[in-house]
Amino acid sequence: MSNLGSVLNHDNPVYQAMLLSVSCAIVSLALIGGYLATNDRIIELELQDQLNTLGQVLPADRYDNNPLEEQYSLDDDRLLQPAQLMLARRAGDISAMALQLRVAGWGGPMDLLVAIEPDGTILGVRVVRHKETPGLADNIEIAKSDWITVFDGKSLANTPTRAWAVKKDDGDFDQFTGATITPRAVVKAVYTALELQQSWLASHKNGPQQETQP
Amino acid sequence: MNYPQLFKDGLWDNNVAMGQMLALCPLLAVTTSATNGLGMGIASLAVLILTNTLISAVRGVISPQVRIPVLIVMIATAVTLTDMAINAWMHDLYKVLGLFIALIVTNCAIFGHAESFASKQPVIPALADAIAMGLGFTWVLVAVGAMREVLGSGTLFANASLLLGPGFAWLETTIFSTSPDILIAILPPGAFMALGFLIVIKRLIDQRLRNREEAGLVQMQH
Repeated sequence: MSNLGSVLNHDNPVYQAMLLSVSCAIVSLALIGGYLATNDRIIELELQDQLNTLGQVLPADRYDNNPLEEQYSLDDDRLLQPAQLMLARRAGDISAMALQLRVAGWGGPMDLLVAIEPDGTILGVRVVRHKETPGLADNIEIAKSDWITVFDGKSLANTPTRAWAVKKDDGDFDQFTGATITPRAVVKAVYTALELQQSWLASHKNGPQQETQP
Repeated sequence: MNYPQLFKDGLWDNNVAMGQMLALCPLLAVTTSATNGLGMGIASLAVLILTNTLISAVRGVISPQVRIPVLIVMIATAVTLTDMAINAWMHDLYKVLGLFIALIVTNCAIFGHAESFASKQPVIPALADAIAMGLGFTWVLVAVGAMREVLGSGTLFANASLLLGPGFAWLETTIFSTSPDILIAILPPGAFMALGFLIVIKRLIDQRLRNREEAGLVQMQH
């Protein structure tokens, strides 16, 4: 009995070790419970977020599949991490493609979403996430300026390579007052997206169609 | 327990941010707008209430020698659970505050109060202390956020309806129709300046109050 009493004494190292392990076990259970209660919902909501973002560049009536399910990873030196190419299909045919790219901006990595028609014409571009200077370079956001829509309708066919640059570099695209590096990075990213799309198409001329048709 | 004094301490005298100079990391990082400040304040308040009550409830079994690791796992768990809950059930708010919720764990005010108050006091005073400290932190976050937002973007409580629901759209005000664009207010240095000015104002008010008190005492002696 005196043994049990001494174990319950707060100064006993055995009690302290037990206290630590019991509290770790309890919080682990709490975390497992929290994870189980929220995880399915979080995954669903995040998927919805992705589709919502996609909807900004890719009208929902253009596809009847889930573009997030058919993704290809494309690597390129100009990108910070491999681009994700998503295929939008209508009645089994590729109706559009969306690329998610991460490039280096001025203040940190910048995520863009570019939607392209199969023939290489841009449907729309959005900057999904960035850390550029507010007030100077955030005109790349559609909420702040319509600058980003200048890319709509452009393609490698109708815009020569040397024109894919900001005006300061003798290209076609406006820079912002006090911020050249940000628009330069965006132009470069869009050009990279077009090149990646073209080379992917060239290497998968008939491939993906057959893969998905059972 | 002297509750009025507890609240006076939390809201003004011993305010987390302006009196104790704690929790400056989340304070400086999120306050680019009043709405962000309010969101962070509410999240911190929720975690403070959770941890203070919980720790006070189990204070009898925690041995002083290992109290620090026990408190740390409890606080980290409370923050993680809050993070998951906000992500699952208040997803729009999570998109605004997401990154910063994990930062609450670095909020020394929470650990400080778990250690110095909750682990020594019964549940009800610990709960009152959490509410007082949390509200005190929240109003400073909102004040710093409001100063920076008005100067930098010319608005006040922009996107408040995203945080509080569409019923609060009336909070969203445009102070200047052409934004003054004092960029530095939104950039990190602006956070230090806004907090600095707030602290100066608090000190000036405190000094004036003290002077008046002393003058009153002198008159009474005569």
